[in-house]
Amino acid sequence: MARITLDGIAHAYARNPQSPQDYALQPLHHVWEQGKAYALLGPSGCGKTTLLNIISGLVIPSEGRLLFDERDVTRLPTEQRNIAQVFQFPVIYDTMTVAENLAFPLRNRKVRRPQIAARVADIAAMLELTPYLNRRARGLTADAKQKISLGRGLVRSDVSAVLFDEPLTVIDPALKWELRSKLKAVHRALDLLMIYVTHDQTEALTFADRVVVLNEGRAVQIGTPEELFERPEHTFVGYFIGSPGMNLLPAQVAGTRAQVGDCEVQLGAAYPAMPADARIQIGVRPDFVTLAPTRGLKVQVRRVDDLGRKRLAHVSLAGHPMVAMVPDGMATIGAEAFVNLDAAHVLVYRDDVRVEGVAA
Amino acid sequence: MNDKPWNNRAWFFVLPVLAFVLFSSIVPMMTVVNYSIQDSMGVNNFFWNGDAWFRELLDPSTEIGARFAGALVRTFAFSLTCLAIELPLGIAIALCLPRRGWSIGASLVLIALPMLIPWNVVGTIWQIFTRADIGLFGAVLTGIGLPYNVTQDPVSAWVTIVVIDVWHWTPLVILLSYAGLRAIPDAFYQAARIDGASRWAVFIKIELPKLQKVLVIATLLRFMQTFMIYTEPVVVTGGGPGNATTFLSIDLVKIAIGQVDLGKAAAMSLVYNLIIITVCWVFYTVMTQLERRRDA
Repeated sequence: MARITLDGIAHAYARNPQSPQDYALQPLHHVWEQGKAYALLGPSGCGKTTLLNIISGLVIPSEGRLLFDERDVTRLPTEQRNIAQVFQFPVIYDTMTVAENLAFPLRNRKVRRPQIAARVADIAAMLELTPYLNRRARGLTADAKQKISLGRGLVRSDVSAVLFDEPLTVIDPALKWELRSKLKAVHRALDLLMIYVTHDQTEALTFADRVVVLNEGRAVQIGTPEELFERPEHTFVGYFIGSPGMNLLPAQVAGTRAQVGDCEVQLGAAYPAMPADARIQIGVRPDFVTLAPTRGLKVQVRRVDDLGRKRLAHVSLAGHPMVAMVPDGMATIGAEAFVNLDAAHVLVYRDDVRVEGVAA
Repeated sequence: MNDKPWNNRAWFFVLPVLAFVLFSSIVPMMTVVNYSIQDSMGVNNFFWNGDAWFRELLDPSTEIGARFAGALVRTFAFSLTCLAIELPLGIAIALCLPRRGWSIGASLVLIALPMLIPWNVVGTIWQIFTRADIGLFGAVLTGIGLPYNVTQDPVSAWVTIVVIDVWHWTPLVILLSYAGLRAIPDAFYQAARIDGASRWAVFIKIELPKLQKVLVIATLLRFMQTFMIYTEPVVVTGGGPGNATTFLSIDLVKIAIGQVDLGKAAAMSLVYNLIIITVCWVFYTVMTQLERRRDA
């Protein structure tokens, strides 16, 4: 049981980092609360695995301190931290049975035999591995192997956090949902801190209580799935999360109005005057942009994607591409149409960072 | 079946291969079979002899049978000794090699160097190296008072031949094991650290099982090569002292070329060949069956 604190943790793989570009992970302050499920979300190479390996001790950070509760563990070797980790590719010990695999971490820690047997039986029951206990682990399917890797972590009663490094990559799509809900169930049953690394936003948003979005080694936003969707603090979060991502249009903002080319957009709040050299954008998710045959802002329709449950129109507003929802009733779509933006969900970004408006 | 294209020109692709195999393996092999069932008197004077050579060869009470049995035992002893040293040593060295940086290339090239030296050159190098008067190895051992003499002491001769083979061919085991070790993903080592496994447990539970396939190949190669050992003992010891290092191949050459006993030699080489094939086949089958049973 622990709370994990990152106190200015940063890491560079090169010996002498000079510029911020040399860092795989920019200085980061964050507290991972006991019993919560977190996701580390970001594109490949954004530093999420580095951060995970720092927590598990496989990588020693070049700067900052790592605290488990109040204890400084920054330089403590992996085997002395009470951490379990599940890797992208299932790691199992080929020559051992499932039961021996699960017992391995306890054997290494010289736990007494009856105690090992009881723990293994408990964990196997929880992960539904009991029927396979006496089989060789390596003949099993990828999802069963991944459950064994997880089980080897959970079997230790001292474990305070479980780290997942893209654990569902090699699992069949049909089984992904099943295994993910298993993870959720384990999380609820054991009250553990879980940190889940992924580049798949659906995985992150369904698994986690809170999501840390990383980009180029920087944590750009930490929030609940709802916050990330409703109020992206950074344009990166806007277009990385959501399918498709947020529409971002260069604009001039004055008061409650934004000017995009020759179109005027109504905003949900009033904004102070911005310096002329700042790059101002407005952002609005496609879910809050509706296509209409008449009335609204005039757009050119480029193409319409029919996704079955919904239709998305790719349009161009004053020369800038954007995506709008097509309402159910709208049958024929010509080369020209109109869009209506939900003013409450139009956000303003200055140099990629969200600006808070004053309620109008 | 009928909608498949039918074109006799395909024979042009197949026939060269058949012709090559015919002249490289089948014709020489059948020549040997032909000799093995005949006795020769003088030049080109052959008589039908049936399976008499084979009976004599496999009966240790005859002169040739006793020679064959003795050489066979020595050859097996040599093979097993070399395998018992080279495999553990090769794995151990492979485990110590660096995992990253320029030192990988440097150490691999250095290690592979002995393998690039031709057999008879290896023999000559060691023949000189082990001489008590001008050879460093021989002079040092004699100097510190060890009874080391390749031409008179069977133990010295054996130790020398085994050391030569270990020096010459352990690099092969090292290279194969190193390749096998490099193929193990880092996650296995990381998981083992998290599971609190000792270095020994990592070796037994991760590295050795992952090396299994590579080691089967290494064992087969090393068995075949050591079982066919010829050049080094011929150059260094000449098969002596007495016949202490007379292995099957050496005896075979003595009979075929020294005594021009083509029938005996042919029968012996066929049996020799069959032994190698049988041992390799049994070993490989057992190993693959074990593996299959483990998966079940």
